[in-house]
Parts: sequence; structure tokens; C-alpha cells
Amino acid sequence: MKKLIKNGLVYYKGAFVKKDILINKDKIAEIKDKITEKADETIDAKGKYIFPGFVDIHSHLRDPGQTYKEDIVTGTRAAAKGGFTTVCAMPNTDPVVDNIATVEFIQRRARDLGFCKVKVIGAITKQIEGKEISEMASMQEGGIVAVSDDGHCVQNGKLMMNCMKYAANFKIPVIIHAEDYNLAGKGQIHGGKIATQLGLSSIPAIAEEIIIARDIMLAESTKAALHVAHVSSAKALELIKQAKDRGLPVTCEVTPHHLTLNEEACVHFDTNTKCKPPLRSEKDRLTLLEALKSGLIDCIATDHAPHADYEKELEFDKAPFGINGFEAAFASLYTHLVAKGHLSLERLVEAMTSAPAKLLGIKAGVIEKGAPADLCIADLKGKVRLTAENMLSKAKNTPWINKPLQGKITATICDGRVTWQA
Amino acid sequence: MSTNFNFINRNVFDLDDYSAEEILYILEATKGMKEINLREYKKIPTLKGKTVCTLFIENSTRTRMSFELAASRLSADVVSFQESTSALSKGESLQDTVYTLNAMGIDLYAIRHSSPGSPQLVHKYSGKPVINGGDGRHAHPTQALLDIFSIWEKIGSLKGLKITIVGDILNSRVVRSNLIGMKKLGATVTVCGPRTLMPGQMEEVYGCKVQYDLKTALKDADCVMGLRMQLERQTEGLFPSLEEYTKHYVLSKDTIKWAKKDALIMHPGPMNRGVEILPEIADSTQSIIIEQVANGVAVRMALLFLILGGKA
Repeated sequence: MKKLIKNGLVYYKGAFVKKDILINKDKIAEIKDKITEKADETIDAKGKYIFPGFVDIHSHLRDPGQTYKEDIVTGTRAAAKGGFTTVCAMPNTDPVVDNIATVEFIQRRARDLGFCKVKVIGAITKQIEGKEISEMASMQEGGIVAVSDDGHCVQNGKLMMNCMKYAANFKIPVIIHAEDYNLAGKGQIHGGKIATQLGLSSIPAIAEEIIIARDIMLAESTKAALHVAHVSSAKALELIKQAKDRGLPVTCEVTPHHLTLNEEACVHFDTNTKCKPPLRSEKDRLTLLEALKSGLIDCIATDHAPHADYEKELEFDKAPFGINGFEAAFASLYTHLVAKGHLSLERLVEAMTSAPAKLLGIKAGVIEKGAPADLCIADLKGKVRLTAENMLSKAKNTPWINKPLQGKITATICDGRVTWQA
Repeated sequence: MSTNFNFINRNVFDLDDYSAEEILYILEATKGMKEINLREYKKIPTLKGKTVCTLFIENSTRTRMSFELAASRLSADVVSFQESTSALSKGESLQDTVYTLNAMGIDLYAIRHSSPGSPQLVHKYSGKPVINGGDGRHAHPTQALLDIFSIWEKIGSLKGLKITIVGDILNSRVVRSNLIGMKKLGATVTVCGPRTLMPGQMEEVYGCKVQYDLKTALKDADCVMGLRMQLERQTEGLFPSLEEYTKHYVLSKDTIKWAKKDALIMHPGPMNRGVEILPEIADSTQSIIIEQVANGVAVRMALLFLILGGKA
């Protein structure tokens, strides 16, 4: 089965060039200015852009155990619609992914039912309770790409040091959700002027920064590879910059919502803006954007965090934290950053494809001869309006719902199979 | 004064939705209501047939009573919903509670809730006008209106007045609404308290002054308002003891001297005598604390009258 994609502007070796792409089964067989070979199916991508399939190293598929929020089928379908061909699932499911059996269960379900490839991230500590080291080496044999207690943060510094030593022993990257529980307290939104105005308890940026500082020092002493999830504050970036300048193996990601929104988005008590870390000040947002441009921030990750409608349809301080990410990711970033000239399309695509793939050693994120046939086709002028009816995720908790966006993914191909078509 | 204001079916989430002129109009209406409260038969038929629900999901006897009296005096029917005796403690969501109440034909809700933003939700679910009777630390617009009315009635105008509010600013919804309303009417407000009880960026958000020293804060004040200091803040690690708090921030004969002579003394209640305010001040001739309570009923009558379109 051969597919030929003709006349598209392809993200190839870091630039957009007009190329034809020939797919044979699950691999890219050829990329040339013009391919005349006969294929079983020809797609005319004239006027459209072709990106490597997006790679998300931070998502919550909620499967097993919380399938009322999302499951592997709906989660990966939503991912495919958003242009993703590989997503990494965080381990805070029920049961927690802290053993090889659960790793294999998720991988098998994803292989059988998924609309994109799913890589599993195992827990740092058993039950993500922050008490005992999980069986990370066994989970690594089962295929995990990293460990994280995401959603939770190991508070005990001694234990975290041992976890990182142990992870370093097996060369497993450690992803942290940086949050000092005492400093964050019962905080609901960023400790800034909107928290003062709304009378909501605040999560000060220092709750995140102090753990990042601690874990950078632990990374230095344990030689573990440290990846900071969803970095959100300007000071946190200073700490990461210092670490990188010293040559430490420290990397970080930023979410689409922290790049496009600030604390002001919470002013109408919209629980779809409630997330951790919280949307911070405009100054923080601008600093994140600069850091993404300069490469200080390595990549973009959605932190896709679906929650059922009735869970979010509550008083602000009673609703859970989290933003639904897959379907709005590219369009929100394209509309608010690229189309307005704040970010190049090349850097956006790199930060959603090759950069995250490289970071966790996943073979994905590039269009080249012999690579897996993972790609998505985008109509940059295409209008996007997410609604409760057209979203494929089970959950609808995105601040972009019913808002006009631009940059439509018209098709997604994963391992040569069409997984989404608009 | 022009009467071209339309209050019909409007919400009172906070005072930022109301212009200075509209606030002054509410004050005038309150004056009229206050007169009714002084009559022997304190009732007018203007809201006959309307139903007001006091939806109190956080305990507050006095504010609820004030709303209920206000509604009764305008002849509205009043039903009361309280968390302790309600379905909410059985796990019903606010949405379902409001759907249920609404089905019974409520015309207006007065809500007290510990969660900021909950009045907006009640309006969203009910489609009816909602008066915020206090939502967490966010806002308490009827308290602010009665505070403003109390000053306005005594002094005539808030323009150019210096008002100082002392105490637990961090946890006070009263302060936040007062800052909005008093500023609209031209007063300069200074907030004062220890740094641990002061939210960040107050100057930027409210255009007020922030002082940590009581003497400096009280200088030239025309009105001084004390706030309730709660013992639980001590266990939250925000201050070491009530004794030490009192030593630095109490309103007493000695400290009130730093304000203008005859400055008005106010307190939204309930008071902790001996903690944030001494009886010698609370009960002095400068104090209008008890009048504030009386004015509370009149302010709420005025709002109900204006919003539900009572016939004058």
C-alpha cells in the first residue's frame, strides 16, 4: 500500500520546502521535489503544510481507572485530530503505573485500539505517594521512556535524592512536577494581582521554583537527567538557565496554555483556566515565550488533562486542576503566537516534533527517508472552533472552547495509516 | 437627581459593575428605606408576590437575617436555604441545588458562599438576579454599600475623605468591596495590617495605600474601620498571638488619637472586643458600629426594591 502526498510545503531538515512524499506501508519511502511513481492513493496537499506528526511528552489518558474522564480510544483520537502521532501517558492512573504489568497493559491497549502511538511514563515512587522508590528498572524493560510522579511532587528531599540516584543508575530520565506543598497550600491561582482581586488563595511562583532549585542540585549530585515539566515562571527559567550553563543534563517543557494565556484569563472564574502550575503573570508568559525561542525551553508539551464536565462545573475552588490539551494545542499556538508574528512556524514545529522526541529518545518527529510515516497536514488559513459537539476528547475542559482559532490539521497519518481526516 | 438608571434584574456580584452615580442613587434609595424602618408598622406592599431566596452555604446569621428582614418589609415571600440542613452536605452540586430551587419559582437569590465566584454561578444556573452576600474572600458588596451609606449619611460626601481600614486585609471580602466603592466615590483608602495579612499588589489592583504601621496609617483619617481578627489565622502561621497583634494594631483611645478628632469609628462585625478594638472606642460617641447594622437592612431593601422593580 503506497501513499503519495504531492505539492505540500514540507518541514524538512529545519525548513519548509516544496516536496512530494511517498509512503510505503508504515515508512517514508521517498522525499523528492517531484515523485512520479504510481501510488495506491494520492493526496494533493497544494497550499498546505506538512509537519512531522506531533510528539507530546506529557499527557493524561486517564486509562485505566478514570475512563469517565478519557480513555485510550478517545484520548488518542483527540490527539490524532490535533496532529499528534506519539503521546506519552503520565502514570497517575488508577491503578498507578508503578509496575511492569500496568505498563504492558497500557501499551497493549494503545496498540490494539489507539489512534496514535502511546509511550508510557512510569511513576517515580510507588502509588505516586512519595514514600518508596518504584520498580523503575523493571518498568524500563517493559518500555517506559521516563519516570514522573506528575500531578504529585516528592516532598522528601532524601527520598528524591535516592530516586534520582536510582534512575541515573538505569539512565532513566526523571520528569518533575515542581510544587512545594506547603508553599502551594490550598492555592487556586497564581499568587499575583488576580488572586488579590478575586480573593482566591494563591499558588506563589516560589512553590515551583524552590523545588526546581532543589532538584537541579540533586541532579548535579546524582547525575540523573532531569526534565522539568510545565515550567511556568520567569525565575524558574533563570534557575534552569544556570543549570544548563553549568552543563547539567537539565531540560524543560512549556505548555500551550502557559504560552498563550496569563492570570487574567481566570478573572471570570472560568474553571477551564484552572491548572497547575497556574497561569502566571504576563511578564512570566513573555519570558516563557522568549525562552522557547532561544531554546532555553526545549519543547512544548500539552499536559492534556481531561476532566468530566460535572467535575469542572463547580465553584472555582472546588473544581480540579487541568486543561484539555490535544485538540487546541497547535491552533491556539498558531493563532496567538505564529500568526501574530511572535514565534516562527519553524520553531513551533520543531518544539512539537523533533525536540521532544529527541529529549526522551523516541524515534519520531522527523520527516526523512526511512523514518516512520508519521505526519500531519495543516491548512494554516483553516478556521478552528472547538465545541462540545465536535471535540473528540471525552472532556471539554479547554479555555479555547467556542473561541475562534486558526490553523487546522486536515489530516494525520501515523505509521502510514490515516488516523484523522477533517 | 436623574432617575434614568435601570437596576431591573441586575446582579450585584460586586461594586465594580456599578458607576459612582448608580451607587449614589442606591444611597438615596436607602435613605427612603431607612425611614420605613423607623415607622411603627415597618412594611410596604411593594414586592408582594415576589419570592426571594437566601441561599446561605456558609453560616452567617446576621447577614441572612438582614436580607430576610429587608425582603419581608417589602412584602416579598422569603425562603431560606442553609448548608447545614440542606442537600449540599449530602453531595449535591451547587448547579443541582439551584436548578431545584429555581423550579420552585424564585425571583431573586441572595447568596453567601465560601467560594469566590459562586454568585456568578448561581446566576448562570438560575437566570435570575443574584445579590452577593459574601463569596469567600472575594466580595461583600452589600456590606460595602452599608458602610458607604453610613459614612455618606454622617458626612455628606466621600469625596476627598481619608478612610483607613485596619486588620486582616488578606482574608477580608469587606475590604475588597469597600476599596472599589469608596474609590469610585472619591475617597482615599489606606489599608493597614501586618505584612503576613496583606495580599500582594494591593496598590496596583485597588489604587489604595498600604501601611504596616498603625500610627502612619491613621494620620488624618476621617473614618477608621477595624476588621475582625480571627484566632484561626494564628494556627495558620500568619501571626504569633492575639496579644501581640493587639499591641500593634488595636483601635483604642490612645491609638485613635492619631486620626482626625471625631473621626468615625466603624466595624463590620462581629467584633472581638479587646482584640482589634477596645470597648472604650467601640462604644464611644465617635462609633457608628450599631448604626451600620441598622443601615444594612435599609441598603438591602433598596437593592431588592430597585432590582425587583418595586412600585414606589
